[in-house]
Amino acid sequence: MTFLNFLISGISLGSIYAIIALGYTMVYGIAKMLNFAHGDVIMVGAYICFYAVSRFDLPPLAGVILAMLVCTVLGMVVERLAYKPLRQAPSLAVLITAIGVSYFLQNMALLLWSSNPKVFPGFFVSASGDTGVELFGGELKISYVTLFTILICIVIMLALTWFTGRTKMGKAMRACSEDKGAAQLMGINVDATISMTFAIGSGLAAIAGVLLCSAYPTLVPTTGSMPGIKAFTAAVFGGIGSIPGAFLGGLLLGIIEIFAKAYISTQLSDAVVFAVLIIVLLVKPAGLLGKQIREKV
Amino acid sequence: MKSLKLNKTTRRNYLTYLLVILAYVILQVLGSAGAISSSLKGMLVPICAYIVMAISLNLTVGVLGELSLGHAGFMSMGAFTGVTAAIALQDAIPAAPLRMAIALLVGAAFAALAGFLIGIPVLRLNGDYLAIVTLAFGEIIKSIFNNLYVGVDSKGLHMSLLSDTTNLAEGGKLIIAGPMGIGGIQKISTFTAGFILVMVALIVIFNLVNSRAGRAIMAIRDNRIAAESVGVNITKYKMMAFVTSAALAGAAGALFAMNYSTIVANKFDFNTSILVLVFVVLGGLGNMLGSIVAAAALTILPEALRQFSDYRMLVYAIVLILVMLATNNPTLKSFFGRFKPGKSHGKEAA
Amino acid sequence: MFGKLVPVPSGSMIPDRDIDKKPILECINLGITFGGLKAVEDFNLTIGRTEIAGLIGPNGAGKTTVFNLLTKVYQPTTGTILLGGKDTHSMNTMQVNRAGIARTFQNIRLFQKLSVEDNVKVGMDANMKYNMWSGIFRLPGYWHEEKTAHERAMELLSLFNMTDLADVTAGSLPYGAQRRLEIVRALATNPSLLLLDEPAAGMNPSETAELMENIRKIRDTFQIAVLLIEHDMNLVMNICEGICVLNFGRVIAKGSPEDIQSNPAVIEAYLGKKKEA
Repeated sequence: MTFLNFLISGISLGSIYAIIALGYTMVYGIAKMLNFAHGDVIMVGAYICFYAVSRFDLPPLAGVILAMLVCTVLGMVVERLAYKPLRQAPSLAVLITAIGVSYFLQNMALLLWSSNPKVFPGFFVSASGDTGVELFGGELKISYVTLFTILICIVIMLALTWFTGRTKMGKAMRACSEDKGAAQLMGINVDATISMTFAIGSGLAAIAGVLLCSAYPTLVPTTGSMPGIKAFTAAVFGGIGSIPGAFLGGLLLGIIEIFAKAYISTQLSDAVVFAVLIIVLLVKPAGLLGKQIREKV
Repeated sequence: MKSLKLNKTTRRNYLTYLLVILAYVILQVLGSAGAISSSLKGMLVPICAYIVMAISLNLTVGVLGELSLGHAGFMSMGAFTGVTAAIALQDAIPAAPLRMAIALLVGAAFAALAGFLIGIPVLRLNGDYLAIVTLAFGEIIKSIFNNLYVGVDSKGLHMSLLSDTTNLAEGGKLIIAGPMGIGGIQKISTFTAGFILVMVALIVIFNLVNSRAGRAIMAIRDNRIAAESVGVNITKYKMMAFVTSAALAGAAGALFAMNYSTIVANKFDFNTSILVLVFVVLGGLGNMLGSIVAAAALTILPEALRQFSDYRMLVYAIVLILVMLATNNPTLKSFFGRFKPGKSHGKEAA
Repeated sequence: MFGKLVPVPSGSMIPDRDIDKKPILECINLGITFGGLKAVEDFNLTIGRTEIAGLIGPNGAGKTTVFNLLTKVYQPTTGTILLGGKDTHSMNTMQVNRAGIARTFQNIRLFQKLSVEDNVKVGMDANMKYNMWSGIFRLPGYWHEEKTAHERAMELLSLFNMTDLADVTAGSLPYGAQRRLEIVRALATNPSLLLLDEPAAGMNPSETAELMENIRKIRDTFQIAVLLIEHDMNLVMNICEGICVLNFGRVIAKGSPEDIQSNPAVIEAYLGKKKEA
């Protein structure tokens, strides 16, 4: 039963990673850049929700929506101001700019909200005050946060699959990630599509931020960094640029991390996660679901 | 030797040596005249360490053309092994400069070993996948040093992982104490040692780049398939660049660590790797003088921004973004391009 | 795929002067499949020690794929490549080059940021001996070999009248010079077989005429074999002693330029069947 417990918390943590990894993978697929500031958008989302709910007494759902709105706008503004002028620049220049944006967001948060840790409110409590359900006579306890996280992750997965496969905008996104030049010639507004991608990725980051802080309720300006790096790892793990890959990578990473913590060592869990990543990349150099592109000679 | 006349690259390399020596002499003179603030004085050794970090990373990123996000891992390797050597030899070798030199060599050797072991899997990958694996190795090295316990007693070195089970004999002492790192380090790093290390690193890199190895490494960067087709041993040369880069970073780590009384593994994290990468990109890929200037300037900048107190890191971030936007602005680029005599013919390679 | 296959001439293309020597290259039933598509199939070719041979065919016929198979950029799915009688089965691109095959590329692949001279010197790397430490500490081995390399590079560049471009960055050379530099770089590896992938592409008639002279000069000076892919029929018919025609991955004709020019299968491959036209 403890195994099942670990598995469920692994899937839950993995779901959060998956949602963050989506932002990385979509932006990478379309703009071919590693958006290192993505982790900090999570943090911004969590702060917005925190202040909306605990200072302005908004209902949790309104807080989440507000956080999503703010992050969506933030993502689009950052793309417009910092990344768009660098569309023709070498990828390293874009990477450094993204790092600059990351520093900027962290330090802005530090100034606005100070370095004192905020205790994130628990949203997922039933009317009777329960925080979870107990099964098998109390042997298996699943918190509502866990359930909701997994559920939301599935909903997002389905919605995105529908969006990229069926809608005009989604198809435009896939076309742009395949070949921007050709997409432009076919009448697709590449700038708008990239902007849209950032918007979706950042909106998802806000959800991830709220979920992350509901599960691990300490909020500081650097909250987003480590989950950001892990989710980035997850995106690569699954094959960067691939949406199902981001889900698979995120889930596996979460499960591996929890199992490593439980069965190997808490302190070395990160090392185990990264070691697994290295092994996977050696066997599948483009990640689990990524496709290897052969250079034309 | 007439055939090997002084070309543009060679002149540039000599200029770099000259400027570094000049900077050292000026700072020494100012220092002895008491014209340098104590805060700057305290930063001289870290600046030297960061310069060596930047030029060694530039060998990987600028010359070999592979993005590494885990350079701090090698620095960490060099710091911990170098300091351990220095502490273990404290009684055997009383002369601090000699102990310092040995510590730097030990740090470089272990970092080179780590570079070689990591290089075997890493160099089989390409592009962003290579980058993420270097990041992963950097994090793994950090995790290991965070959980490593090393002690020395009359029977030699003892090691354990996760918890302290070294069981040292009477009179033994614990050198590396897991997350507490290494404490009680004798601060034997000096500005002169730092200057010598910078010069050695420059000589190694310049001479390597201006030999058959450097040509082959840059050929691999410019076109791997063509390099293979003319018989260049890709694996060998990639490894050579990667290991050299790691070794120099290891020496820098040992220098850096012996400037402080305590050193912990978390000091050499992902952010440190990124910091050094920023030096390299701002200084220009493959441009060693640029790396030196960027490393020195950006290490001093946060100090210089102290008057902005709380805002200094914010200003730093904004400066970083603006510099990247300005240096990659097509209009500005073509404007400044006109003043560069070397680029008068031909278009910039993409 | 074809209704009727024109029988491939089975006679050797080896010129008379090479006939008593072992051929430099023998391809036996060479083939490669990309995800079910047979890009090249049953490719048989023999090239003499000092022969200039041509590989022609319509676009997409698989000519460059043959080069990629010979240089092991792709590993053949079937068949054998014998280089000077030695099987190259277990070799990779680098080893094939060291065994004696050098090539140029259809889409030019120079070391863009290196100087012209350094591009040539990279070609000599496999034949240089001094190690990393000699380079770092500037030991006598470094000075000696670098001097020799410089002289040799200049000698090779002078073949194409490029010595005064030695210090120019390769990426900023004009197109024609880039193509010539690729040939010089390939020659620097001391090959016994030189593969040229569309050497005359984008050249004007006078440049092409000069190139023809140069290819002959290379063969005569270095006594090596040359296999070239080219669409300029004038060049091919003028300098090639043997020609192999490829269509849809298969050899449809082999023989001397005269044979090829009158071969109905070749005419059909280039111009299409009468009823379709």
